[in-house]
Amino acid sequence: MSEDRYTLNKQLAQMLKGGVIMDVTTPEQARIAQEAGACAVMALERIPADIRAAGGVSRMSDPKMIKGIQEAVSIPVMAKCRIGHFVEAQILEAIEIDYIDESEVLSPADDVYHIDKKQFQVPFVCGAKDLGEALRRINEGAAMIRTKGEPGTGDVVQAVRHMRRMNSEIAKISSMREDELYEEAKQLAVPYELVAYVHEKKRLPVVNFAAGGVATPADAALMMQLGAEGVFVGSGIFKSGNPQKRAAAIVQAVTNYQDNKLLAELSEDLGEAMVGINEQEIELLMAERGL
Amino acid sequence: MGKGKKIAVLAVQGAFAEQIERIRTLGAECVALRQKADLMQDFDGVILPGGESTVQGKLLVELEMLELLRDKIRNGLPVLGTCAGLILLAGEIGNDQHVWLGTLPVRVRRNAYGRQLGSFHVEEAFQGIGTVPMTFIRAPYVEEVSQDVEVLARVADKIVAVRYGNQLGTAFHPELDTDNRIHEMFLTMCG
Repeated sequence: MSEDRYTLNKQLAQMLKGGVIMDVTTPEQARIAQEAGACAVMALERIPADIRAAGGVSRMSDPKMIKGIQEAVSIPVMAKCRIGHFVEAQILEAIEIDYIDESEVLSPADDVYHIDKKQFQVPFVCGAKDLGEALRRINEGAAMIRTKGEPGTGDVVQAVRHMRRMNSEIAKISSMREDELYEEAKQLAVPYELVAYVHEKKRLPVVNFAAGGVATPADAALMMQLGAEGVFVGSGIFKSGNPQKRAAAIVQAVTNYQDNKLLAELSEDLGEAMVGINEQEIELLMAERGL
Repeated sequence: MGKGKKIAVLAVQGAFAEQIERIRTLGAECVALRQKADLMQDFDGVILPGGESTVQGKLLVELEMLELLRDKIRNGLPVLGTCAGLILLAGEIGNDQHVWLGTLPVRVRRNAYGRQLGSFHVEEAFQGIGTVPMTFIRAPYVEEVSQDVEVLARVADKIVAVRYGNQLGTAFHPELDTDNRIHEMFLTMCG
């Protein structure tokens, strides 16, 4: 990927800021998501909660199903490939996907190497639970970062933990002496240049969204107040009682995340939220995949 | 340049932070428009940033901001719309049923260059300014203009920038490049 292409890919993520990216499994859901105000959709065969319930190996979705979703909506369409599975990524690039999520939600295909994302023209978003992971993914060519959270649980605790950890690490690097940055780069196992960027700009070099466990307008506003630039909502919408209303409420909550009165109104009468499972109750920690 | 001017930036979704930063760099005061109450103050111009036009349009309706903003523009408030902002201004969208503000008599085509693989960067002539960098991200272009709309720039024969009185629209994102001249031109329009 040329420098220019990488810049354009980071810039697409800038256009998604302040928005909500929703998991959808059918063209019909994609249309509902777009109508509700999603700024992009993530096309996948099963939402994380169902992947978790079904067990077994989960893979990239059928390209035909993804194409159906591309035809159904005019907003950007993203899709997931397995960590390290560069051929799934090649296939997604061949159908002109707008963003590839190299995702821990699917079963990892490689337990050592991530995809060399610089070999692709299309952009990648990757999950991270701390600054080191984020900068390693960016070094491999990711044009956007999201917290890993814990997908398919409806429990926001891990997304909060990951966002806070990233922010406190950024704050720490920002306040370091310049001669300390070399050792910090070594500790994080990332190139010095990326650490120097964080030191100077006090932020990641790419857009950073929250993901994993967001289920309510309050969850979304919480992540925005903690510094997320936008929100992914996976199982939280189509596992709830009234997906349309909940989706629209989450979109508004992300725009006006500091207006408590509006957040109160948005939280009313949303029907049943996804039941969710607590992090202590789950056996499979997806966030531990791909470090 | 912008000293003493107060510019509002629509901040319901998209790359509004980039516009705010640019306007502040040029010395103007900047306010974000996130809800109806924000529209009740006075300002000298408004910027509609890039992002997803379907999301921004829908939020303008739900937050009861659309008509207020439309009235202000119709009454002469200077407006700069970039990418999604141009789509919000357009009187007609060739490949979409929606009309949002509809104050600019042009027909635009959404995602006119295809998906993200079609996004590109060029340097082309902009009337009255010279050659400027232009970044197109899943961008629209203008298919047709009514006769009193001034065409300011074309890329490969397609219209990518227009002016109609107090309204300035670009299919590309001047806020993503370091060149200030289009924002300066807009600030000049803001009195």
